[in-house]
Amino acid sequence: MNLQENTATLSNNKTAAQTTARQAPQQISGSEAVLKALIEEGVDTIFGYPGGAIMPIYDALYDYMDKLQHILVRHEQGGIHAAQGYARSSGRVGIVFATSGPGATNLVTGLADAQIDSTPLVCITGQVFAHLLGTDAFQETDVVNITTPVTKWNYQVTDATEIPEVLAKAFYIAKSGRPGPVLIDITKNAQLQKFDFQGYTKCNHIRSYRPKPIVRKEYIQQAAELINNAEKPFVIWGQGVVLGSAENEFKKFIEKGNLPAAWTILGESAIPTDHPLNVGMLGMHGNYGPNVLTNECDVLIAIGMRFDDRVTGRLDKYARQAKIIHLDIDPAEIDKNVKVTVPVWGDCKETLPLLTELIEKKQHTEWLQKFKDYQKKEEELCIIPEMNPASEVLSMAEIVNEMNELTGGNAIVVTDVGQHQMVACRYAKFNQSRSNITSGGLGTMGFGLPAAIGAKFGAPDRTVIAIIGDGGIQMTIQELGTIMQSGVNVKIMILNNQFLGMVRQWQELFHDRRYSFVNITSPDYIMVAKGYGIEGAKISKREEVRQALQTMLNHNGSYLLEVMVGKENNVFPMVPQGCSVSEIRLA
Amino acid sequence: MKQEYTITVYTENHIGLLNRIAIIFSRRKINIACLNTSPSEVESIHRFTIVINETEDVVRKLIRQIEKQVEVLKAYFNTADEIVWQELALYKVPTEVIAEKVKVERLLRQYGARAVVIRKDYTVFETTGHREETDKLVEVLAPYELIEFVRSARVAIIKESKGFHEKVKEFEQAEPAEEVVENEYLSLQEELFPDTGY
Repeated sequence: MNLQENTATLSNNKTAAQTTARQAPQQISGSEAVLKALIEEGVDTIFGYPGGAIMPIYDALYDYMDKLQHILVRHEQGGIHAAQGYARSSGRVGIVFATSGPGATNLVTGLADAQIDSTPLVCITGQVFAHLLGTDAFQETDVVNITTPVTKWNYQVTDATEIPEVLAKAFYIAKSGRPGPVLIDITKNAQLQKFDFQGYTKCNHIRSYRPKPIVRKEYIQQAAELINNAEKPFVIWGQGVVLGSAENEFKKFIEKGNLPAAWTILGESAIPTDHPLNVGMLGMHGNYGPNVLTNECDVLIAIGMRFDDRVTGRLDKYARQAKIIHLDIDPAEIDKNVKVTVPVWGDCKETLPLLTELIEKKQHTEWLQKFKDYQKKEEELCIIPEMNPASEVLSMAEIVNEMNELTGGNAIVVTDVGQHQMVACRYAKFNQSRSNITSGGLGTMGFGLPAAIGAKFGAPDRTVIAIIGDGGIQMTIQELGTIMQSGVNVKIMILNNQFLGMVRQWQELFHDRRYSFVNITSPDYIMVAKGYGIEGAKISKREEVRQALQTMLNHNGSYLLEVMVGKENNVFPMVPQGCSVSEIRLA
Repeated sequence: MKQEYTITVYTENHIGLLNRIAIIFSRRKINIACLNTSPSEVESIHRFTIVINETEDVVRKLIRQIEKQVEVLKAYFNTADEIVWQELALYKVPTEVIAEKVKVERLLRQYGARAVVIRKDYTVFETTGHREETDKLVEVLAPYELIEFVRSARVAIIKESKGFHEKVKEFEQAEPAEEVVENEYLSLQEELFPDTGY
């Protein structure tokens, strides 16, 4: 399409899009057009909650029940976290329906979470009639403006004829380039309005949108040159490897150069935990070697990660000695936090093979040994004591370790936020990608339970275990109702230390043990679960652990296991805030 | 070092985009000195002109965040010497003061002001120019019962720019032309790769 043909506002955004359903025009409602669009995009599951302003869409859904599975959640926040879990486990776009006003505002936390963790979502919110916009009508909120900072794109539809094109754009934007959440707000009149439906055309080009930068060969060459001359190269990777489905390309790359590689928690399961070049976790509670050696490597190769402050610690003492290569699809990430020597713009699925071709086979035996030496030290001082506590009180690490042995690393582990999250990320074993689902960037307590529900819908053949603290579970515990009604099979493991443990740990270490409002009581979770028709058990003794975990895993259906763990255990190693990664403390 | 930068953003003309761009600044607690939205030389493409006081490093990052927005085609940043710019100002002065005091009229002429409305009770003058010029006139008119003063946002033309017609054609293509992205290290190749003959 050229300039002269720019007529309608949106029509200039498609050029070579393929028409998938060119039919004779038929009169349908805006609501039906929404559902037809979802079906064309291959959607099978919707997480949602009805209400006044989205009723026409729900009415249309009544006729599409055989094609679209709708999971009725108990709170819109639960709905959007479930959609995130679905997207993360399946690699597809998560779909959320919510009504106007409070329904839509309840999505905000999930949108912010999905935005910072680059999760592809399409959220559809109902809105009051167009003629009521701005009149403070019942359940009217300015959702588009509220959600602008936490969406990759959003749009308000007031005319049904816009729906097919806007939804095509929404899906394209949500999943292309660096993925993210999109919100489409549809006024009730547009949902009801009948129009000539011309079929649905998928979008694959928007004039003003460049999902991925062009790969520049000279940067690839420079990067390869740096890697080939490096004595101590070190790879750090993030979720970009997973989002780009570049796990194999990544593996080939590190294997050819024998490059030690460490992960951010969102990148974790991209390659198996026991891969010989997987040297562990980065960041505040990461492994000893990867943190210390970040400040010793001569070339740091960052792949699909964004140098979050929890990963870098103090920036002016972060990898100052190293030349830095940064592979990222989002140009805004280059030089944002860490000045880069060579930026490799582009999708790592494209750039990694080009780079692999140019790098030389190397051994790096001594350098790799260094990681092993640090690993050994960490095991002695930190990991072994954590796994085999001297006291009778259970540690979180030994529970996770026991879980590994029973699942063989084949389960999807969904965590909430806090101490248990760090322990789970540190100790859980993974054999396949898209297995570690956690709220990394936003750190959303209450994420775990609904995300696990969604993860199971996204990967129905896999075991899904939600590891959640006693604080986080109480933030979205109502989603047990979603489990009850949908019959989804999720294993819920509450690691209960009777504290908001991570905050307590900081208060202990940095605030003179002034435990200000971190003491949290819990209901009888087993009784609560029972009320929702979910079986469960509570344990606190070491000899019960294996059997209880086995029972949970064998149980036909969802199960809640509450494990009482040490009240004042701390997560170590730790890079205290404001310290350099090489100042990591083992105890 | 902080200095004045003029940011030029070419965008689709969509509702809500102003907010999306404005919050990139407000989120980082950066004050927008002035902001103008206008059509551009290309039909259907909108142009924002934003002036801020910041360091080059910050501006560079802001530009990337702005370009990241789906409906933004391109953003540029320039220092004052790289652009031709003007601001328009209006001054309302009591007509009787002007009639009585010849000096005022002389002042207005001297500053290139032009009367746009003349009424019995007041007269409105207009000048265009740089900030210092329009400010100066406020100063000199102050003793003569200046009733009201208002200044427009900046409009700016980038001296080096070839306009946006060609760029748009490029954007319309599904496969865009290779774009050169600035990287300060590109010029340092010899230092980075001393032995490789780069």
